[in-house]
Amino acid sequence: MSQYMLLLYTTEEEEAADRAAEMPMWLELNRSLEEAGLLTATGRLNCTATATTVTAMSGEVELTDGPFAITKEVLVGYYLIEAENLDQALGVAKRVPLVRYGRVEVRPVMDLSV
Amino acid sequence: MSDRAADAVTRAFRDERAAVLATLIRHVGDFQLAEDAVQDAYAAALTTWPRDGVPANPGAWLTVTARRRAVDRLRRDRSVADRAERLAELIRLDQQEHRTVSEESSIVDDRLRLIFTCCHPALDVPARVALTLRALGGLTTGEIARAFLVSEPTMGKRIVRAKRKIADARIPYEVPRDEELPDRVRGVLRVVYLIFNEGYSAAEGDRLVREELCSEAIRLGLLLRALMPDDAEVSGLLALMLLHDSRRDARVDEHGRYLAIGEQDRARWDQARVREGLRALQRSVRMRRPGQYQLQAAITARQMEEEPDWRQIADLYGALVKLTPTAVVELNRAVAVGFADGPQAGLELLLPLLHDPALERYQPLHAAHAELLKRAGEREGAARAYRIAIELSANAVERAELERRLQDL
Repeated sequence: MSQYMLLLYTTEEEEAADRAAEMPMWLELNRSLEEAGLLTATGRLNCTATATTVTAMSGEVELTDGPFAITKEVLVGYYLIEAENLDQALGVAKRVPLVRYGRVEVRPVMDLSV
Repeated sequence: MSDRAADAVTRAFRDERAAVLATLIRHVGDFQLAEDAVQDAYAAALTTWPRDGVPANPGAWLTVTARRRAVDRLRRDRSVADRAERLAELIRLDQQEHRTVSEESSIVDDRLRLIFTCCHPALDVPARVALTLRALGGLTTGEIARAFLVSEPTMGKRIVRAKRKIADARIPYEVPRDEELPDRVRGVLRVVYLIFNEGYSAAEGDRLVREELCSEAIRLGLLLRALMPDDAEVSGLLALMLLHDSRRDARVDEHGRYLAIGEQDRARWDQARVREGLRALQRSVRMRRPGQYQLQAAITARQMEEEPDWRQIADLYGALVKLTPTAVVELNRAVAVGFADGPQAGLELLLPLLHDPALERYQPLHAAHAELLKRAGEREGAARAYRIAIELSANAVERAELERRLQDL
């Protein structure tokens, strides 16, 4: 088993829209992943206005008010899951309700246990 | 070195490399290590076969040798995470030596695994193409770079990055499950057809390398058919590629001008290829599952007849447009209808395309529009359309041809 990070992106407008109707879909996804023992963590992020970006690329630590890239789409949530391989992780990503109005980036988590 | 042994190594490289590599990737669980070990095995064959004779089963010899070289490489490389387990597995495999029937059939599966891995949708399309040509076609990085007009280091990086992603993201080395299979097969066919078209259509680049791409794509098509004989689209794509390839030498005239099928010198068609293509088409049609490649092959076959039946061709385009409603197909359908039912009927189908702002600068649309208007006797409209098409032409030969037609009006 490997760990995969599923990063959920959408626009701030979509994120702010009323999503009460799709709550059962989220709860169902979370419950089924938990039951299958695949879910390590999941969370919804606060809006990008609360983000601070840290860099030391210039040699000194600099803080920027805001998310890393000013693009139309922003990171709004995540799942940290266990999966056998990429296909299984992609299978979970396809089940995230947000895919209909956003994107899910699937990133393997580096194995640092060596 | 004896010529016979050298020939045997060359032949084994051509015929066995993909199968040996495919099996070894499963055994060692690592694309790069498997590739290096297979390379080692061929180097070993070059020194051993001339001295000891060519083994009875070159593929088996290469697989065993490559596996042992992989063991050597793993022993030297201490950075690999699960080195101990991999070594144990390889040594276990080495001891059970004799190939059984199930091992033979798993060789077929291994090549399928390799194809599906190389064409995995998590890799970007240029990487899929490069990896497929490298792993299954046995082209060198330099050859692939020349065929796609990029520098060798760029192509090298593309391939290395793809292999790293397969390892790090754990793209599975397996044939997709039934529910994913149809989509994934389509993805594979797309890669193969892309390889073929890259070799067939472009005028730029090294001609020999480009022709090599067509041959490789057909070889991949044959391999896919051997592995998935019951898939109608696999046979359909093979038919399409063979029918195009049969006209390879006839498709341009001595000035480098592209000729439509009806203008080509039929004596220069490769009749053996034509027959092979028609056989593949029949086989695909018999499965009664029409798909986009089968329909395109059927259309090509009809167009290659001495008296093309435009009614049938137009109907086939009608079926194709339902499966792939792209501007190119809509345009070709309008042209076919223009021949079947007269230029007015064709022009009517062209109308929505001419109103689509996305196609405003689509040169073939204006060239076809001009032809239909000319045949409908609307000289002024035709002249206008020719001028737009000429302005949008990227290549000199094509532009000259359109100018000639404009003069003829």
